[in-house]
Amino acid sequence: MPVLARTLEAAGLSTIFVTMMPYWAEKIGVPRSLAVEFPFGHSLGEPGNVEQQMRVIRQALDVLETAEKAGTIIHSDERWPHPTDLAIKAWQPEEPSPVIASLAPTFKEMLRKRRERRE
Amino acid sequence: MTVDSFKFLPRLIAMFYRMTKREPQTPIPWTPLGRPLSECIFGLVTSGGLYPRGAGHPFDVERERQEPTWGDPSFQVIPSDIESSAVGVSHLHFNTTDVEADFNILLPIHRFLTLVEEGRIGGLAASNYSFMGYQGFPPDPTDWEERFGPEVAEAFINEGANCVLLTPA
Repeated sequence: MPVLARTLEAAGLSTIFVTMMPYWAEKIGVPRSLAVEFPFGHSLGEPGNVEQQMRVIRQALDVLETAEKAGTIIHSDERWPHPTDLAIKAWQPEEPSPVIASLAPTFKEMLRKRRERRE
Repeated sequence: MTVDSFKFLPRLIAMFYRMTKREPQTPIPWTPLGRPLSECIFGLVTSGGLYPRGAGHPFDVERERQEPTWGDPSFQVIPSDIESSAVGVSHLHFNTTDVEADFNILLPIHRFLTLVEEGRIGGLAASNYSFMGYQGFPPDPTDWEERFGPEVAEAFINEGANCVLLTPA
C-alpha cells in the first residue's frame, strides 16, 4: 500500500497514510505518514469507538497540514486498549491465509537452520 | 512514543520482513497542500478488501486459494452515501469481523462527513476506493503502480478531490 500513496501523490494529490508499519513507510518512501501502534485491520481504531477514531484522524490531518518534506513519519501516542497477546490472536484470520499455509513449513525450516548455525 | 511495527506480528512474518533489504526510490513524490484543509476535498482509499454488496463483487479470493502467491490487484468503488449494511469485506489475511461491524475503522466515511460538518475539511468526494492489500508473494505492486493507482488518481481528480487519506489493513 505504500506504493499507492506514492502513485497518488505523483499524480497530483496530497496524501496522508495511516499505518501500523512505519517500517515499510520508511523503506518504500511514503510522502506523509502517521504511525499508529494498532493491530492489523484496525488502522483507525476499534469498531464503534468514534472518539478514538476521530483522535487518530485528527492527528493524521495535522500531519497532512504540517509536514514540510517528503518522507515525514509522525508516531502517534495512541495505545491499543487491550492486552497485546490477545490482540495478536484477535486480528489474525481464523484460517491461515493460503500463502502462509503453503509457505510456513519452508519458513520454519529456515528458522531452524539459522538457529543451528548460531549454536 | 515510537511505534513498534512488529508488536502485533507473529514471529515468522516478522522474521521475513526484517530480512528484506530495501531503500526508497528517490525522490519521494510530493504534492504540496497549497490551501487550507477547510478548502480541501478528500477522497478515501483502503486496502482492506471492502466491496459494495450487490453493486460490486468480492475480490477474487477463490483464485488466490488456488494460487496462493497471487493477489487480486483490482479495486472497488465505495460511494460516500453507501448504507453500512451494504459494505462487504473479502480479504484472507486478517480477521474481518471488526471492519464488518464498523467500516469506519478502515474507510472513515462517517467520520469525514463529521469533519465536513465541522468545517475542518472542505468536503468528501462522492466515491472512495478499496483495494485488497495482499499483492502476491513476493509482493508485486506493478499493476497498482502502472494501472489501478493512476486510474483511481484520475477518478479522484475528475471528482474535484485534492487530498487522499490511505489506510492499509
